[in-house]
Amino acid sequence: MEPVLILGGSSDIGLAIARRFARAGHPIHLAARNPDALETDRSDIHVRFDVDVTLHRFDVLETDRIAAFFEAFPEIPGILVCTVGLLGDNDLAARDPRHAEFIANTNFLGPALAVQTAAALMAKRSDRSLIIGIGSVAGDRGRAKNYWYGAGKAGFAAVLSGLRQTYARTSVDIVTIKPGFVDTRMIADLKTPALLTASAEDVADRAYGCLKSGNGVIYVGRIWRLVMAVVKFLPERIFVRLQF
Amino acid sequence: MSPRARSISNLSGWGRYPRLKCNLYEPRSEPDLRAATADGPAIARGMGRAYGDSALNARATIGMTRFNRMLDFNPATGQLTVEAGVVLGDIIDVFLPRGWFPPVTPGTKFVSVGGMVAADVHGKNHHRHGSFGSFVDWLDLLCPDGAIRRCSRTENDDLFAWTIGGMGLTGIVLRAAFRLTRVESGWIRRKTVAAHGLAETMAAFDAADQWTYSVAWIDCLAGGDRLGRSLLYLGEHARAEELDRAKQARPFTVPGKRRLRMPVNAPRWILHRRAVAAFNRSYFAKGVRQTGETLVDWDSFFYPLDAIRDWNRLYGRHGFAQFQCVLPTEFSRPGLEELLATVQSAGKGSFLAVLKRFGAQDSRFSFPMEGFTLALDVPADRDSLDVIDRLYAIATSHGGRFYLAKDSRIDEAVWTASDKRTAAFRTARRASGADARFSSAQSERLKL
Repeated sequence: MEPVLILGGSSDIGLAIARRFARAGHPIHLAARNPDALETDRSDIHVRFDVDVTLHRFDVLETDRIAAFFEAFPEIPGILVCTVGLLGDNDLAARDPRHAEFIANTNFLGPALAVQTAAALMAKRSDRSLIIGIGSVAGDRGRAKNYWYGAGKAGFAAVLSGLRQTYARTSVDIVTIKPGFVDTRMIADLKTPALLTASAEDVADRAYGCLKSGNGVIYVGRIWRLVMAVVKFLPERIFVRLQF
Repeated sequence: MSPRARSISNLSGWGRYPRLKCNLYEPRSEPDLRAATADGPAIARGMGRAYGDSALNARATIGMTRFNRMLDFNPATGQLTVEAGVVLGDIIDVFLPRGWFPPVTPGTKFVSVGGMVAADVHGKNHHRHGSFGSFVDWLDLLCPDGAIRRCSRTENDDLFAWTIGGMGLTGIVLRAAFRLTRVESGWIRRKTVAAHGLAETMAAFDAADQWTYSVAWIDCLAGGDRLGRSLLYLGEHARAEELDRAKQARPFTVPGKRRLRMPVNAPRWILHRRAVAAFNRSYFAKGVRQTGETLVDWDSFFYPLDAIRDWNRLYGRHGFAQFQCVLPTEFSRPGLEELLATVQSAGKGSFLAVLKRFGAQDSRFSFPMEGFTLALDVPADRDSLDVIDRLYAIATSHGGRFYLAKDSRIDEAVWTASDKRTAAFRTARRASGADARFSSAQSERLKL
């Protein structure tokens, strides 16, 4: 069974995806900034699903160590999921360039470099490989509340799109999943509409579904495709007046 | 990030009575858990399956469901180590296909392991195997002083003994290790025995002592000669050789169940005496026709009610109260007779009256003791609750005691008179400082 490497393995979505693939029997590599904190989750996935789970230190901000990180694997895992991301504080980012940079690097630069490196390694394999990048509907159009986060996710989505074209004729499939609201720690303090709020497990199911057929852009919850179609095509002069 | 509570205006147990405005914390980490319990009494809550007010605390109710990770499994011994919020149903999903089953299970699989320890739950095999606590090897407990202690029969043994059945009042169970039991299939060989009166029912339990599982559904609206008539369900885990060829090929696969749901609160008339009596009559008659042995899947045998989500709405919007007592063997016969006669004449019978034989058990504060236990539920209306109060008196006068996980209204004086171990429990709580740090609406009512 093809192993799955999850970057951002301590996030709720990352762990849900790990469990979903483990349930089907895939060995799991969880990569996170602080892997020691994942010891309990490692045990849980191992005990529940009887698969091997390993922990790896990975800091998306250490961009010069990304290549070495992948090279440390004897063979690049055939499935890579990048769930790295951080909402940040948009107000703070508006005042403090360093925080803006931090949000941009965490959501865009680091993840983009990571998937680019992985795609190049995967292209050398003969078997099919799969990269799943977790974007966000926030990247489809910048909003007053979280445009730094949105910009980061937009940039990441653009890179995934470019890589998809680059590797179109190879055995590397690249998917962008754009969840809307997901009931995780990231938005624990927000009140979100139930109809528009998915669970981390919903996202994980979609990610797992990519194994069968995956290449392109996926919204989690059909309604989001519709919502974002409207949001994307709203004329700018109307969009700027909306308060959402 | 400091833990924040949600204010829930009408938190309740499974009986939906009583309801209380509570601050509910749902910590994700031990530091958050400590912070939530830092300044005043709190109570841990698992799946909210205790019927009454065991897991309600207005100031701080600590939802433990996020501590839901399985930590270790040793296939040589069957020992499973989990965080307290792990749900029994998940354990079955994971381990039954590998040939393991919980050693003891209550009537629902939607309970947390922490809750199973706190209530020291019993199952249909109590007469043979005792309660859940006897399969627990150790616990990690967040103690009143903020320390986390490993408790077992050899280490902090006093704390261990008080915690099993201690209703979360000694501290918060964080982790537990207990032994699963080997099974060869997901099927139960079930035998149904019809008993036409109380004496016959009790004799049938004695005759069925060798069966691993036994429980009786009692028609508590039948009076006169038929008082205490029942259907006994006996069960054994089916061995592989007892299955037909098709089942042998996949012994742990059972048919998926249709999941029903109680979508709204039921109207009052369905609990009308005549409606319940008619239901009971036809149910009993059907049981009589179906006596003998058959194979049923584990889910139907152990958890028939789990198939109906939100079945607690059956009792309407006011909720319901449960009554469960155990009577020592020597007073079981007259005690049960009086209890059933009272229920019967009041016409407040429920659909679900259950009788079960308990084996011997000697533990600090757990509910079971050798004898017979009777459980029934009634809607939480004035008349029915009055009947329950009479049942408390009858049970107490026959040496009986009561199950805290089912209780929502026992009077403190009745409780203290019925359970002689209460004074020692109170002393132990005071000595450890637990009385100042852990309390529930129930423990405050009963001054535990």
